[in-house]
Amino acid sequence: MIDVGLGHYLTLGAIIFTIGIIGIFLNRKNIIVILMSIELILLAVNINLVAFSIFLNDITGQIFTLFILTVAAAEAAIGLAIIVVYYRNSSTIRVEEINSLKG
Amino acid sequence: MLAHAIFFYIFSFIAIVSAIMVTVSKNTVHSVFFLILDFISISCLFIMIGAEFLGMIMLIIYVGAVAVLFLFVVMMLNVAQQKNQWFSARESSKHIPVGLIISTIIFFELIIVISGWKYKPDLVSSLSLNIDNSISNTHAIGFVLYTDYIHIFQLSGMILLVAMIGAIVLTFRQRSGVKRQSYFSQISRERSDGVELIDVPSNQGVKSDD
Repeated sequence: MIDVGLGHYLTLGAIIFTIGIIGIFLNRKNIIVILMSIELILLAVNINLVAFSIFLNDITGQIFTLFILTVAAAEAAIGLAIIVVYYRNSSTIRVEEINSLKG
Repeated sequence: MLAHAIFFYIFSFIAIVSAIMVTVSKNTVHSVFFLILDFISISCLFIMIGAEFLGMIMLIIYVGAVAVLFLFVVMMLNVAQQKNQWFSARESSKHIPVGLIISTIIFFELIIVISGWKYKPDLVSSLSLNIDNSISNTHAIGFVLYTDYIHIFQLSGMILLVAMIGAIVLTFRQRSGVKRQSYFSQISRERSDGVELIDVPSNQGVKSDD
């Protein structure tokens, strides 16, 4: 309990990952919160990579965390642009009312 | 070691609570603020276990750019007033048990993987690029990033370029009825378009039609 090891960080990553999944599944409010949940999931992956990198004494995990940060920033920019365009066309971004694909 | 454990539990508690608040908070602006708090506490964890460069990069990119982008979009789209109740929406109640069950299953699968995970120690150490403790973390990352991973590094720059172009193209809007300066037609205008030399005969003048 006192000795914080790899398992503690992996558990923290698992908890935040699960919270992100729950946020995607249960969200009915607006789609921006879904994007934020995706950011949480990527953050959990980053925690895992950094913890492995430190505790296995290997720098490669931190390199790949940098690439995940890049992809997360690009994904947030594109996603928010899509949301802005959708809001401009249909003046709502509530998840319940986005159903034009009839999925 | 004790201080390390105490700070780990403090920061991870803040991170988990703020992650929960991101998903359950009714106001979207509050969600963005809790997202910022989450990123800050995770970057504190990164700095604490020795990945200082990533912690700082995380602060700069996430808190400085991504979260502010979220905040900007939330305020621009005026969705903060959309007070939609989370559990009492019209058709959403049948999603909730299924979502909770699936999330719980995913969580327990992750926990099973973490607790039962074993690796062969000499395998990992023989394959890896070891962290040199005599140089700083930023220095070590720079040694590897620009040599062994230079192609992936440039590819990630390409990803950012494509994302930038995509975001601009998506949100670009051609407004009608706005008078604009057309640089191309200005520059490509020839002398013969504007000036005409007329040889005027004596005592007749110039006949100006229109």
